[in-house]
Amino acid sequence: MKTLYFLLEKEFRQLLRNRQLMRTLLLAPLIQLILLPLAADYTVKDINIAVADNDHSPTSQRLIAKITSNGYFRLAGYTASYPQALRMVEQDKADLALQIPAHFERDLVRENSKQLYIAINAIEGTKANLGGAYLQSIISDFNDDVRIQWNVAGNESSRTSGNDIPQVTVTSSNWYNPLLKFPLYMVPAILVTLVTAMVAMQSAFNIVQEKESGTIEQINVTPIKKHIFIIGKMIPFLVLGIVLFTMGLLVGRILYGIVPVGSLWVLYASLIVYLLSMLGLGLLLATYSFTQMQAMSLSFFFINIFNMMSGVFTSVDSMPGWAQTIVAAFPPSHFIKIMRMVVLKGSGFSDILPKLGAMALIGLFLNTWAILNYRKTA
Amino acid sequence: MKQLLTFIRKEFLHVFRDRKTLLMLFGLPIAQIVLFGFALSNEIKDSRIALVDYSKDAVTTRLIGKIEASHYFDIQHTLADAGQLNAAFKRGDIKMAVIFPANFGDDLIHTRKATLQVIADGSDPNQATTITNYLQSIVRDYNSELAQDSQQPLQIRPEVQMLYNPELRGAPNFVPGVMALVLMLVCTMMTSVAIVREKELGTMEILLVSPFKPIYIIISKLAPNLLISVVNLFIILFLSDIFLDLPVKGSIALLVFCSILFILTSLSIGLLLSINAKTQQAAMMGSLMGMMLPTMLLTGFLFPIENMPFILQALSNLVPSRWYFIIVKRVMLKGLGFSAVWRETLILAGMCILLFGISLRKFKIRLQ
Repeated sequence: MKTLYFLLEKEFRQLLRNRQLMRTLLLAPLIQLILLPLAADYTVKDINIAVADNDHSPTSQRLIAKITSNGYFRLAGYTASYPQALRMVEQDKADLALQIPAHFERDLVRENSKQLYIAINAIEGTKANLGGAYLQSIISDFNDDVRIQWNVAGNESSRTSGNDIPQVTVTSSNWYNPLLKFPLYMVPAILVTLVTAMVAMQSAFNIVQEKESGTIEQINVTPIKKHIFIIGKMIPFLVLGIVLFTMGLLVGRILYGIVPVGSLWVLYASLIVYLLSMLGLGLLLATYSFTQMQAMSLSFFFINIFNMMSGVFTSVDSMPGWAQTIVAAFPPSHFIKIMRMVVLKGSGFSDILPKLGAMALIGLFLNTWAILNYRKTA
Repeated sequence: MKQLLTFIRKEFLHVFRDRKTLLMLFGLPIAQIVLFGFALSNEIKDSRIALVDYSKDAVTTRLIGKIEASHYFDIQHTLADAGQLNAAFKRGDIKMAVIFPANFGDDLIHTRKATLQVIADGSDPNQATTITNYLQSIVRDYNSELAQDSQQPLQIRPEVQMLYNPELRGAPNFVPGVMALVLMLVCTMMTSVAIVREKELGTMEILLVSPFKPIYIIISKLAPNLLISVVNLFIILFLSDIFLDLPVKGSIALLVFCSILFILTSLSIGLLLSINAKTQQAAMMGSLMGMMLPTMLLTGFLFPIENMPFILQALSNLVPSRWYFIIVKRVMLKGLGFSAVWRETLILAGMCILLFGISLRKFKIRLQ
């Protein structure tokens, strides 16, 4: 026990002495947590639309006015021909192009139906989907307006019969985040990625640093037991992780007004399980690396995959089955879910138990592997 | 010149000797392109939902059948009672609940109007809006079946065409993004660490007292990373063509030229970071932690930049990968030529020269 105390004293001194490192470790994540949630917003607004109006009728003018006055769309260009509008999409000056064909108004009246052509730049899926949906709903509204305008006089019966058509209506509500604020969803997840990157990987570098500079040999020849050494390496980063996490929660509270709905005990208990499993990964990577360069490229590999696949930005549920199986083995994917559940919905201990258990199992597996491997190489 | 070549050779030996790092450097783009290309998408489908049917009549059965048939939803349970909903939401079992009140079918037939209730888990705003929209469009479909809408007069029929990515796959957006991300981070990290490593091990001192010019040290450090990145680039392009069906539609020469420009810019950032870092750990933290998330978010492949607040839009202009991402999208996916990307190329070139110039001037020939 006494050895552990001395080891911890050494580790903490080394850590706190390195001002540059401490700055990066604590300040960089906080700045990112302050700024980045603002960037992560799927709310689509200001969709640029290029319109080629070959009809020039009052109806087509009204349609254009209706589209641009709605708030979602900005008229990026009013072109003479459809190919010109498409060129604007090609050059990224517009997100979608709308063609109102010649004789639109005349044909609509004569033939009772007429097409409009819409081309959407579909490279960015979200924008394409939502932009297309908004535009179509505006057009369908417009269609109703037109019907009312032209039918009121001529065809009274169609209006009265409108009341006879049975109709299902939908009332929708959103629980837990009624105003659908995006930061509420993003801040907890971004905090997790920051803690992951800072803490877990730092432990790998730290051990490998001792290897590279040769000081690990000196520790190996002392009577310090391996597990004491490992515990001594883990505790400082565990503490650092908890400090960072707490600072992050405070930032979320002050700047974004996010107050965890659920219990802080559940949150912190999960955090500790999570940190232990990630520290196990760090330790494992350290046992496989001889230089810091190797540790770095290995951990970069994992962190990058974790960040992209754990459901921070895109939904895990929409992934193909095999990918979901892989993701289930990543500790961050579970912890991010737990965070969102506890912080936003107030989920209790029993709600998160399956995820917590999965995380603990993965952690146990990683730590055991690391310790077995550590004995062999050291 | 001969000196320089010898040094470049030495650096190559250093890099190629370290098999593990090398394996990782080449494995990373392969794994990520395949994984991200197939798994990531912004589309939302198979959302787990619960149905609460208090009415259980022909109308609700018909509507439920329509909901079941859609691949957007994965019906998890049919709860008997809305009281269980809160618990199911809290466990994260469901993302949305659809509630049919009692006498739903009767109401529809007799009063010509029936209302169903949708409750979405708003903790994920994007998913909540999207799946509520999906459900509403299913209901709209059902309504038009009821009304035999095809008889409606004055029908405006929008015909929608999805350009460049008709199946709305995730890959066309994610591949250029991942390319930008991987190239930028790998270059920055490898360079900064390679230089700081010499400082930390004390060999930098030996280099500095030799008659070798500092610029040669820099060039010889950058050369292997440049080569590795270019090889990575070709691996990525090859994989995305073979597996993801994303060939380079435009000129390959142009794409490679712009990529090299981008790689050089990233290498210069690494150089700049290495000047201020004293330990490898600090250099790594600077490049990995300081740059990873900002690059991810401000490149524009996850979230549209136009939606961001002004400060972040301004900041994103400083991120080289943002410009590179635009170039790759235009050249690779849309098949456009130089005239469409000259502005972005010029910006990258400017950044490259500026960063390289600064780091050259600031490169310290003394350690203390």
